Amino acid sequence: MSATRPAIRTIVMVGAAAVLVLLPTFGTDFFVNFVLTRTLILGLAASTIVFLSSYVGMVSLAQYLLAGVAGFTIGNCVAESGKGLKLGLNPWLAVVIAIVVSTLVALVLGGLGSRTTGIYFLMLTLTYAVIGYYVFGQVTSVSGFGGITGVNPPGFFDTHPVRLYYAALVLSGFAYVGFRAVRRTPFGLSLEGIRDDPVRMSALGFNVPLHRTLAFGLAGMVAGIAGIVNIWWNGQIDPNSVAISATLDLLIVAVIGGISHLEGAWLGAFVFVAANNYLRSLPLVDRIGVTESRFSTVVGVVVLVIVVASPNGLIGVMSTTAERVRTMLPKSTNMPTTNMPTTNMEEST
Amino acid sequence: MTADLVSETPERPVASRPSRRSLRRLDARTVVGLVPLALVLAWVLFFASGTSAGSAVSEPGEFVTTMLDGLTSAGLYFVVASGFTLIFGLMRTVNMAHGSLFLLSAYIAIELQQRMVGKSRNIVADDVDMLSWVIPLLVGAAVAAAIGVVIHQVFLRWNQGQELRQALITLAISVILADQMLARAGGLAQSMVWPADVTHFIEIFGQRYATSRLFILAIAIVVGAGLWLWLNRTRMGIVIRAGVADQSMVRALGINIGIVFAVTFFVGAFLAGMGGVMVASFAGVATGADGQWLLHSLVVVIIGGLGSIRGAVAGSLLYGMVTAFAPGYLPSDYTFYSIILTFVLLALVLAVRPYGLFGRPE
Repeated sequence: MSATRPAIRTIVMVGAAAVLVLLPTFGTDFFVNFVLTRTLILGLAASTIVFLSSYVGMVSLAQYLLAGVAGFTIGNCVAESGKGLKLGLNPWLAVVIAIVVSTLVALVLGGLGSRTTGIYFLMLTLTYAVIGYYVFGQVTSVSGFGGITGVNPPGFFDTHPVRLYYAALVLSGFAYVGFRAVRRTPFGLSLEGIRDDPVRMSALGFNVPLHRTLAFGLAGMVAGIAGIVNIWWNGQIDPNSVAISATLDLLIVAVIGGISHLEGAWLGAFVFVAANNYLRSLPLVDRIGVTESRFSTVVGVVVLVIVVASPNGLIGVMSTTAERVRTMLPKSTNMPTTNMPTTNMEEST
Repeated sequence: MTADLVSETPERPVASRPSRRSLRRLDARTVVGLVPLALVLAWVLFFASGTSAGSAVSEPGEFVTTMLDGLTSAGLYFVVASGFTLIFGLMRTVNMAHGSLFLLSAYIAIELQQRMVGKSRNIVADDVDMLSWVIPLLVGAAVAAAIGVVIHQVFLRWNQGQELRQALITLAISVILADQMLARAGGLAQSMVWPADVTHFIEIFGQRYATSRLFILAIAIVVGAGLWLWLNRTRMGIVIRAGVADQSMVRALGINIGIVFAVTFFVGAFLAGMGGVMVASFAGVATGADGQWLLHSLVVVIIGGLGSIRGAVAGSLLYGMVTAFAPGYLPSDYTFYSIILTFVLLALVLAVRPYGLFGRPE
């Protein structure tokens, strides 16, 4: 029983990866270079929320800010003219700097919040996100006045959107495999211990705030990488791209997919991006609001329904459905412990 | 003033013994908190000559008006954040839709005031009597409060204790409300108009100062005093404080805490709505004000401690002072960085007390 489920999961994941790798050969340019690349970038950023929430028990709203920090760093380092600091560095050097900066910022912010947990941490990171937005809005020497535009990716990706798609795909794959690998390391195991019982872990001699800070730093690094790909893809960044709505969008992506499953990050991102692009062409959507398609209302209602009906998101819906189907089959010899939808992470590899 | 009122709660003597012990243990940390405070004071009083305001010794007028600005901002922060912290204190519900209720009430009050005055644009203070300010305030806040109660009854009653889920639910509601308000009210800033009776100027150390700001302060003090009386001098207040301490014991004593929850949610959302109307009169509101004022509430309760009214007073005073003093007393070239000082304040408080000045860990 416990052997079959990971196998199914692996088959699904390998299949999805194969489809994604082959997709540029038969998908339309718009679908691959716009919808899917954006999905992968958003999913990569959202996976850091899922990582922190399911492995460490910290729901962070600062991940989009960290991605934005990396993006602004790239913008300032690379751009030679226009707004910002105009350092005109080599784009690959800029990548290194951006990763270092976003990781350091994450370590500082994580260190400050490392002794708070649960809902307090959520509020604290929301505060980080909003303050960060105001900082970028006010400190115009770093953010340009209305943002930094015309940021070109390195020559390898420039005018090759499919290469950028593959880069996002490979990085997403690395993040997925990497985050899952982290769980099996002693570090990851102690993170899970801290999630479940910080007091006991601290009594056992683990430095709980340090572990939380390092986990937040790791998530910040990955979020920073997502931010780098994002600015290459977008070509520009402005303070509004780290505004509170963008921050909430990322949380919504994680919640739609299922905040306790890594795959959910990309699934949620796909649903979100697809809804964003194709919802307007559906009938009746215009009736909700007065003037234009009220995309946010629809997304809000979807999130509301998901959180009310299934806190584990779409992945949770899928796995409970699969579970129901399996229990209906005659030969089912389920152990009672596998039937607990309330505990999130038990179906591990 | 409000700080003293609220700190005279009956549980004070009981709490004083452990707090003295922790005071000794926290000495090093307290120093971490007090040294920057002393440095800032010294800067503002004597050395801030290269700033737009000038040092307090040479420009007492600027100093006093900045201080008053800080107090009045603190008043606004307090009115909004006290509702937020009241709801959390009793129900452990982080109401992320607090800012939406704030903005909704503001829009309703603006609309109602325009109808009462009979003009939809170019309303001046002389058109507005006290009644056509107070009635929109009460109606707007009451609508916000009613919606708050509906949100609580429909979405939050049955998942009591699942903090994260409740936060996500209210977050989704705030996204919906924000989008619908944008669709109906548009993106332009709108504002309430103060009644003519409070739009005068008084002279303080040679500086003109608007009485409407003092009016805000007065309302905030009345709200603070009212909350204190309600929580400390009424039967329901006793039940609420007991519920904060131990909910299941209150239930076991046969008290219908469901009604108390509903009333608390009503009051909390009402305060958000009142704050919305006050801010709409003071500075105007626009799309995005909901998130902005949710942030203000968050900062106040993170500084003061989630769930504590006393903490809300302390948090809004500190935050109000920082937001008032930072733009005027930073060196002129660095005025843009004033927002960072909010973050520094937050960082300092968290370094000393991770759960806020008056907060307690779960």
